[in-house]
Amino acid sequence: MVQSLAGDRTAYSTLLRRLNGHLRAYYLRRLGSGRAADAEDLLQETLIAMHARRSTYDTSRPFTAWIHAIARYKLIDHFRRTKRRAEDSLDDPAQLFAQSDANAVEAQIDIDRLLQRLPEKTRRLVRDVKIRGLSTTEAAKRNEISESAVKVGVHRAIKSLGDKIGDGQS
Amino acid sequence: MKTDDLISALAGDVAVVPRHAVGRTLGLGLGLGAAVAVAIMVLWLGVRADLMDAMHTGPFWMKFAYALSVAILGFGLIDRLARPDGEGGLFGPMILAPLAVMTVLAVYQLAGAPDELRMKLMLGASYQVCARNIVIISAPIFLGLFWALRSLAPSRLTLAGAVAGVLAGAVGTFIYAFHCNESAMPFVAIWYTLGIAAVGALGALLGRATLRW
Repeated sequence: MVQSLAGDRTAYSTLLRRLNGHLRAYYLRRLGSGRAADAEDLLQETLIAMHARRSTYDTSRPFTAWIHAIARYKLIDHFRRTKRRAEDSLDDPAQLFAQSDANAVEAQIDIDRLLQRLPEKTRRLVRDVKIRGLSTTEAAKRNEISESAVKVGVHRAIKSLGDKIGDGQS
Repeated sequence: MKTDDLISALAGDVAVVPRHAVGRTLGLGLGLGAAVAVAIMVLWLGVRADLMDAMHTGPFWMKFAYALSVAILGFGLIDRLARPDGEGGLFGPMILAPLAVMTVLAVYQLAGAPDELRMKLMLGASYQVCARNIVIISAPIFLGLFWALRSLAPSRLTLAGAVAGVLAGAVGTFIYAFHCNESAMPFVAIWYTLGIAAVGALGALLGRATLRW
Protein backbone atom coordinates (compact mmCIF):
# COMPACT_ATOMS: atom_id res chain seq x y z
CA MET A 1 0.00 0.00 0.00
CA VAL A 2 2.84 2.32 0.81
CA GLN A 3 4.21 1.74 -2.68
CA SER A 4 0.78 2.35 -4.16
CA LEU A 5 0.52 5.69 -2.40
CA ALA A 6 3.84 6.61 -3.96
CA GLY A 7 2.34 5.87 -7.38
CA ASP A 8 3.58 2.32 -8.02
CA ARG A 9 1.05 0.89 -10.49
CA THR A 10 2.17 -2.73 -10.32
CA ALA A 11 2.17 -2.85 -6.55
CA TYR A 12 -1.28 -1.31 -6.44
CA SER A 13 -2.66 -3.74 -8.98
CA THR A 14 -1.29 -6.70 -7.02
CA LEU A 15 -2.73 -5.30 -3.82
CA LEU A 16 -6.19 -4.80 -5.34
CA ARG A 17 -6.24 -8.35 -6.68
CA ARG A 18 -5.31 -9.79 -3.33
CA LEU A 19 -7.90 -7.66 -1.53
CA ASN A 20 -10.46 -8.77 -4.06
CA GLY A 21 -10.31 -12.35 -2.79
CA HIS A 22 -10.19 -11.44 0.87
CA LEU A 23 -13.09 -9.01 0.65
CA ARG A 24 -15.30 -11.31 -1.40
CA ALA A 25 -14.85 -14.04 1.19
CA TYR A 26 -15.48 -11.54 3.96
CA TYR A 27 -18.78 -10.30 2.50
CA LEU A 28 -19.99 -13.72 1.43
CA ARG A 29 -19.52 -14.98 4.94
CA ARG A 30 -21.31 -11.99 6.45
CA LEU A 31 -24.22 -11.97 4.02
CA GLY A 32 -24.62 -15.66 3.42
CA SER A 33 -23.93 -17.39 0.12
CA GLY A 34 -27.47 -16.69 -1.06
CA ARG A 35 -26.62 -13.04 -1.48
CA ALA A 36 -23.64 -13.33 -3.76
CA ALA A 37 -24.83 -10.39 -5.88
CA ASP A 38 -25.01 -8.12 -2.84
CA ALA A 39 -21.59 -9.29 -1.76
CA GLU A 40 -20.20 -8.46 -5.19
CA ASP A 41 -21.78 -4.98 -5.06
CA LEU A 42 -20.34 -4.38 -1.62
CA LEU A 43 -16.96 -5.62 -2.74
CA GLN A 44 -16.93 -3.16 -5.64
CA GLU A 45 -18.18 -0.36 -3.45
CA THR A 46 -15.48 -1.07 -0.92
CA LEU A 47 -12.74 -1.11 -3.55
CA ILE A 48 -13.95 2.20 -4.95
CA ALA A 49 -14.22 3.77 -1.49
CA MET A 50 -10.79 2.49 -0.58
CA HIS A 51 -9.38 3.91 -3.78
CA ALA A 52 -11.06 7.30 -3.45
CA ARG A 53 -10.11 7.63 0.21
CA ARG A 54 -6.71 6.02 0.18
CA SER A 55 -5.21 9.24 1.50
CA THR A 56 -6.74 8.35 4.88
CA TYR A 57 -4.36 5.41 5.30
CA ASP A 58 -1.78 6.27 7.93
CA THR A 59 1.36 4.46 6.82
CA SER A 60 2.54 4.03 10.40
CA ARG A 61 -0.44 1.83 11.23
CA PRO A 62 -1.27 -1.72 10.10
CA PHE A 63 -2.84 -1.79 6.66
CA THR A 64 -5.18 -4.63 7.61
CA ALA A 65 -6.81 -2.59 10.36
CA TRP A 66 -7.50 0.18 7.87
CA ILE A 67 -8.98 -1.96 5.12
CA HIS A 68 -10.98 -3.94 7.65
CA ALA A 69 -12.44 -0.73 9.06
CA ILE A 70 -13.56 0.28 5.57
CA ALA A 71 -15.03 -3.14 4.83
CA ARG A 72 -16.86 -3.14 8.13
CA TYR A 73 -18.17 0.39 7.65
CA LYS A 74 -19.54 -0.55 4.23
CA LEU A 75 -21.13 -3.69 5.63
CA ILE A 76 -22.86 -1.83 8.45
CA ASP A 77 -23.93 0.85 5.99
CA HIS A 78 -25.40 -1.87 3.81
CA PHE A 79 -27.39 -3.36 6.69
CA ARG A 80 -28.61 0.07 7.66
CA ARG A 81 -29.74 0.79 4.13
CA THR A 82 -31.49 -2.50 3.59
CA LYS A 83 -32.86 -2.52 7.14
CA ARG A 84 -32.10 -6.18 7.23
CA ARG A 85 -31.05 -7.39 10.63
CA ALA A 86 -27.96 -9.44 10.44
CA GLU A 87 -28.06 -12.91 11.92
CA ASP A 88 -24.74 -12.06 13.45
CA SER A 89 -24.85 -9.49 16.17
CA LEU A 90 -23.57 -6.18 14.97
CA ASP A 91 -23.77 -4.83 18.48
CA ASP A 92 -20.47 -6.31 19.40
CA PRO A 93 -17.70 -5.24 17.03
CA ALA A 94 -15.21 -7.50 18.78
CA GLN A 95 -17.30 -10.48 17.86
CA LEU A 96 -17.46 -9.46 14.23
CA PHE A 97 -13.72 -9.10 14.28
CA ALA A 98 -13.14 -12.46 15.94
CA GLN A 99 -15.36 -14.41 13.56
CA SER A 100 -13.84 -13.20 10.35
CA ASP A 101 -11.50 -15.83 8.98
CA ALA A 102 -10.37 -13.59 6.19
CA ASN A 103 -9.44 -11.07 8.78
CA ALA A 104 -7.59 -13.63 10.83
CA VAL A 105 -5.63 -14.55 7.73
CA GLU A 106 -4.75 -10.95 7.05
CA ALA A 107 -3.76 -10.41 10.65
CA GLN A 108 -1.63 -13.54 10.44
CA ILE A 109 0.27 -11.99 7.55
CA ASP A 110 0.96 -8.87 9.58
CA ILE A 111 2.07 -10.91 12.57
CA ASP A 112 4.32 -13.16 10.54
CA ARG A 113 6.00 -10.20 8.95
CA LEU A 114 6.59 -8.59 12.32
CA LEU A 115 7.91 -11.76 13.87
CA GLN A 116 10.41 -12.10 11.03
CA ARG A 117 12.21 -9.18 12.56
CA LEU A 118 12.90 -11.00 15.80
CA PRO A 119 15.86 -13.31 16.35
CA GLU A 120 15.10 -17.01 15.83
CA LYS A 121 14.99 -18.02 19.51
CA THR A 122 12.87 -15.10 20.64
CA ARG A 123 10.49 -15.67 17.78
CA ARG A 124 9.88 -19.21 18.93
CA LEU A 125 9.24 -18.02 22.47
CA VAL A 126 6.68 -15.46 21.35
CA ARG A 127 4.95 -18.02 19.14
CA ASP A 128 4.77 -20.58 21.95
CA VAL A 129 3.52 -18.26 24.64
CA LYS A 130 1.50 -15.62 22.82
CA ILE A 131 0.14 -17.43 19.79
CA ARG A 132 -0.03 -21.13 20.67
CA GLY A 133 -0.98 -20.23 24.23
CA LEU A 134 1.47 -22.45 26.09
CA SER A 135 2.06 -21.71 29.76
CA THR A 136 5.38 -20.31 30.89
CA THR A 137 6.33 -23.70 32.35
CA GLU A 138 5.55 -25.55 29.13
CA ALA A 139 7.42 -23.04 27.03
CA ALA A 140 10.40 -23.23 29.38
CA LYS A 141 10.50 -27.02 29.06
CA ARG A 142 10.11 -26.97 25.29
CA ASN A 143 12.88 -24.45 24.81
CA GLU A 144 15.05 -25.84 27.57
CA ILE A 145 15.49 -22.59 29.44
CA SER A 146 14.34 -21.33 32.81
CA GLU A 147 10.85 -19.94 33.37
CA SER A 148 12.11 -16.50 34.22
CA ALA A 149 14.12 -16.46 30.99
CA VAL A 150 10.89 -17.18 29.12
CA LYS A 151 9.11 -14.32 30.86
CA VAL A 152 11.91 -11.84 30.30
CA GLY A 153 12.39 -12.94 26.69
CA VAL A 154 8.73 -12.60 25.79
CA HIS A 155 8.39 -9.30 27.57
CA ARG A 156 11.40 -7.82 25.76
CA ALA A 157 10.23 -9.15 22.41
CA ILE A 158 6.75 -7.64 22.75
CA LYS A 159 8.23 -4.35 23.78
CA SER A 160 10.62 -4.24 20.83
CA LEU A 161 7.80 -5.22 18.47
CA GLY A 162 5.77 -2.36 19.87
CA ASP A 163 8.64 0.00 19.07
CA LYS A 164 8.93 -1.43 15.56
CA ILE A 165 5.27 -0.94 14.78
CA GLY A 166 5.87 2.67 15.60
CA ASP A 167 8.39 3.28 12.81
CA GLY A 168 6.16 3.01 9.77
CA GLN A 169 6.47 -0.19 7.81
CA SER A 170 4.29 -2.49 5.68
CA MET B 1 -19.41 -3.85 -14.22
CA LYS B 2 -17.12 -6.78 -13.72
CA THR B 3 -14.98 -6.57 -10.63
CA ASP B 4 -11.87 -7.42 -12.64
CA ASP B 5 -12.51 -4.49 -14.95
CA LEU B 6 -13.02 -2.27 -11.95
CA ILE B 7 -9.70 -3.32 -10.51
CA SER B 8 -7.91 -2.60 -13.77
CA ALA B 9 -9.54 0.82 -13.92
CA LEU B 10 -8.59 1.64 -10.35
CA ALA B 11 -5.06 0.37 -10.76
CA GLY B 12 -4.66 2.64 -13.78
CA ASP B 13 -5.22 5.68 -11.60
CA VAL B 14 -2.38 5.87 -9.13
CA ALA B 15 -1.83 9.56 -8.52
CA VAL B 16 0.75 10.04 -5.80
CA VAL B 17 -0.82 10.74 -2.42
CA PRO B 18 1.24 13.27 -0.46
CA ARG B 19 2.22 12.54 3.11
CA HIS B 20 -0.12 13.91 5.77
CA ALA B 21 -2.83 14.24 3.13
CA VAL B 22 -5.56 14.06 5.78
CA GLY B 23 -4.08 16.92 7.78
CA ARG B 24 -3.71 18.99 4.62
CA THR B 25 -7.31 18.48 3.55
CA LEU B 26 -8.61 19.32 7.00
CA GLY B 27 -6.25 22.28 7.24
CA LEU B 28 -7.50 23.60 3.92
CA GLY B 29 -11.15 23.39 4.99
CA LEU B 30 -10.33 24.94 8.33
CA GLY B 31 -8.20 27.70 6.80
CA LEU B 32 -10.76 28.71 4.17
CA GLY B 33 -13.53 28.69 6.77
CA ALA B 34 -11.45 30.73 9.21
CA ALA B 35 -10.68 33.33 6.53
CA VAL B 36 -14.40 33.83 5.92
CA ALA B 37 -15.01 33.89 9.67
CA VAL B 38 -12.41 36.61 10.17
CA ALA B 39 -14.02 38.67 7.42
CA ILE B 40 -17.47 38.30 8.98
CA MET B 41 -16.13 39.20 12.40
CA VAL B 42 -14.28 42.32 11.24
CA LEU B 43 -17.08 43.59 9.01
CA TRP B 44 -19.95 42.76 11.33
CA LEU B 45 -18.65 43.20 14.88
CA GLY B 46 -15.28 44.86 14.49
CA VAL B 47 -12.17 44.34 16.56
CA ARG B 48 -12.41 45.71 20.09
CA ALA B 49 -11.21 49.31 20.25
CA ASP B 50 -8.92 48.80 23.23
CA LEU B 51 -7.08 45.83 21.71
CA MET B 52 -3.65 47.36 22.25
CA ASP B 53 -4.27 48.12 25.92
CA ALA B 54 -5.95 44.79 26.54
CA MET B 55 -2.90 42.96 25.27
CA HIS B 56 -1.12 43.94 28.45
CA THR B 57 -3.60 42.10 30.64
CA GLY B 58 -3.64 38.42 31.64
CA PRO B 59 -7.32 37.62 31.04
CA PHE B 60 -6.98 38.73 27.43
CA TRP B 61 -4.44 35.99 26.83
CA MET B 62 -6.32 33.45 28.88
CA LYS B 63 -9.24 33.63 26.46
CA PHE B 64 -6.99 32.93 23.50
CA ALA B 65 -5.14 30.20 25.36
CA TYR B 66 -8.44 28.52 26.16
CA ALA B 67 -9.74 28.63 22.60
CA LEU B 68 -6.38 27.71 21.10
CA SER B 69 -5.77 24.71 23.34
CA VAL B 70 -9.22 23.30 22.57
CA ALA B 71 -8.60 23.93 18.87
CA ILE B 72 -5.21 22.18 18.85
CA LEU B 73 -6.55 19.14 20.68
CA GLY B 74 -9.61 19.15 18.45
CA PHE B 75 -7.47 19.14 15.34
CA GLY B 76 -5.37 16.26 16.66
CA LEU B 77 -8.55 14.36 17.37
CA ILE B 78 -10.29 15.00 14.06
CA ASP B 79 -7.12 14.08 12.16
CA ARG B 80 -7.53 10.62 13.68
CA LEU B 81 -11.28 10.35 13.48
CA ALA B 82 -11.23 11.26 9.78
CA ARG B 83 -9.75 7.81 9.15
CA PRO B 84 -11.85 4.65 9.12
CA ASP B 85 -9.69 2.95 11.75
CA GLY B 86 -9.25 6.12 13.76
CA GLU B 87 -9.42 6.01 17.51
CA GLY B 88 -9.40 9.13 19.65
CA GLY B 89 -6.72 7.71 21.91
CA LEU B 90 -5.27 10.12 24.43
CA PHE B 91 -6.63 13.19 22.64
CA GLY B 92 -10.19 12.20 23.57
CA PRO B 93 -10.12 12.83 27.30
CA MET B 94 -7.45 15.51 26.93
CA ILE B 95 -9.82 17.83 25.09
CA LEU B 96 -11.64 18.30 28.38
CA ALA B 97 -8.48 19.46 30.16
CA PRO B 98 -8.70 23.13 29.03
CA LEU B 99 -12.28 23.22 30.27
CA ALA B 100 -11.17 21.82 33.63
CA VAL B 101 -8.46 24.47 33.97
CA MET B 102 -10.92 27.17 32.99
CA THR B 103 -13.46 25.94 35.53
CA VAL B 104 -10.88 25.97 38.32
CA LEU B 105 -9.88 29.54 37.44
CA ALA B 106 -13.51 30.62 37.29
CA VAL B 107 -14.40 29.05 40.63
CA TYR B 108 -11.29 30.54 42.20
CA GLN B 109 -12.22 33.99 40.95
CA LEU B 110 -15.82 33.63 42.08
CA ALA B 111 -14.81 32.43 45.51
CA GLY B 112 -12.56 35.43 46.00
CA ALA B 113 -15.15 37.97 44.85
CA PRO B 114 -17.64 39.85 47.05
CA ASP B 115 -21.23 38.60 46.79
CA GLU B 116 -22.59 41.51 44.80
CA LEU B 117 -19.93 41.13 42.11
CA ARG B 118 -20.47 37.45 41.43
CA MET B 119 -23.39 37.80 39.06
CA LYS B 120 -21.50 40.39 37.11
CA LEU B 121 -18.47 38.09 36.82
CA MET B 122 -20.67 35.41 35.34
CA LEU B 123 -22.91 37.50 33.10
CA GLY B 124 -20.61 40.34 32.08
CA ALA B 125 -22.21 42.84 29.73
CA SER B 126 -22.67 40.58 26.72
CA TYR B 127 -23.91 37.23 28.00
CA GLN B 128 -27.01 37.50 25.83
CA VAL B 129 -25.03 37.58 22.60
CA CYS B 130 -21.71 35.88 23.34
CA ALA B 131 -22.61 32.25 22.66
CA ARG B 132 -24.81 33.24 19.73
CA ASN B 133 -22.02 35.29 18.15
CA ILE B 134 -19.59 32.42 18.55
CA VAL B 135 -21.99 30.09 16.75
CA ILE B 136 -22.42 32.56 13.88
CA ILE B 137 -18.71 33.19 13.46
CA SER B 138 -17.99 29.47 13.65
CA ALA B 139 -20.44 28.65 10.87
CA PRO B 140 -18.08 29.06 7.90
CA ILE B 141 -15.36 27.10 9.71
CA PHE B 142 -17.91 24.39 10.42
CA LEU B 143 -18.82 24.23 6.74
CA GLY B 144 -15.16 24.13 5.70
CA LEU B 145 -14.40 21.24 8.05
CA PHE B 146 -17.46 19.26 7.00
CA TRP B 147 -16.56 19.80 3.37
CA ALA B 148 -13.08 18.41 4.09
CA LEU B 149 -14.44 15.48 6.08
CA ARG B 150 -16.74 14.47 3.26
CA SER B 151 -13.71 13.62 1.14
CA LEU B 152 -12.15 11.66 3.98
CA ALA B 153 -13.38 8.48 5.64
CA PRO B 154 -14.65 8.82 9.21
CA SER B 155 -16.37 5.67 10.42
CA ARG B 156 -17.82 7.06 13.65
CA LEU B 157 -19.92 9.74 12.08
CA THR B 158 -21.62 11.28 15.11
CA LEU B 159 -18.38 11.49 17.04
CA ALA B 160 -16.45 12.90 14.10
CA GLY B 161 -19.21 15.47 13.55
CA ALA B 162 -19.14 16.49 17.21
CA VAL B 163 -15.36 16.89 17.25
CA ALA B 164 -15.43 18.86 14.00
CA GLY B 165 -18.06 21.07 15.61
CA VAL B 166 -16.01 21.61 18.76
CA LEU B 167 -12.95 22.43 16.65
CA ALA B 168 -14.95 24.91 14.54
CA GLY B 169 -16.39 26.41 17.71
CA ALA B 170 -12.96 26.77 19.29
CA VAL B 171 -11.47 28.48 16.23
CA GLY B 172 -14.56 30.68 15.97
CA THR B 173 -14.15 31.58 19.64
CA PHE B 174 -10.51 32.45 19.05
CA ILE B 175 -11.59 34.90 16.34
CA TYR B 176 -14.49 36.25 18.39
CA ALA B 177 -12.10 36.95 21.29
CA PHE B 178 -10.64 39.81 19.23
CA HIS B 179 -14.01 41.51 19.52
CA CYS B 180 -15.23 40.48 22.94
CA ASN B 181 -14.08 42.74 25.75
CA GLU B 182 -15.14 40.58 28.66
CA SER B 183 -12.30 39.65 30.93
CA ALA B 184 -13.87 37.70 33.81
CA MET B 185 -12.91 34.03 33.91
CA PRO B 186 -16.39 32.87 35.04
CA PHE B 187 -17.87 34.61 31.99
CA VAL B 188 -15.41 32.92 29.67
CA ALA B 189 -15.87 29.53 31.34
CA ILE B 190 -19.63 29.71 30.94
CA TRP B 191 -20.41 31.52 27.71
CA TYR B 192 -17.40 30.65 25.56
CA THR B 193 -17.83 27.03 26.55
CA LEU B 194 -21.52 27.20 25.78
CA GLY B 195 -20.81 28.59 22.31
CA ILE B 196 -18.25 25.87 21.57
CA ALA B 197 -20.52 23.15 22.95
CA ALA B 198 -23.43 24.40 20.83
CA VAL B 199 -21.42 24.08 17.64
CA GLY B 200 -20.21 20.67 18.82
CA ALA B 201 -23.79 19.54 19.41
CA LEU B 202 -24.76 20.76 15.97
CA GLY B 203 -21.91 18.72 14.50
CA ALA B 204 -23.01 15.62 16.38
CA LEU B 205 -26.56 16.05 15.06
CA LEU B 206 -25.50 16.58 11.47
CA GLY B 207 -22.65 14.07 11.42
CA ARG B 208 -24.57 10.92 10.63
CA ALA B 209 -26.59 12.47 7.82
CA THR B 210 -23.89 14.52 6.12
CA LEU B 211 -20.65 12.59 6.58
CA ARG B 212 -21.78 9.27 5.10
CA TRP B 213 -19.70 7.78 2.31
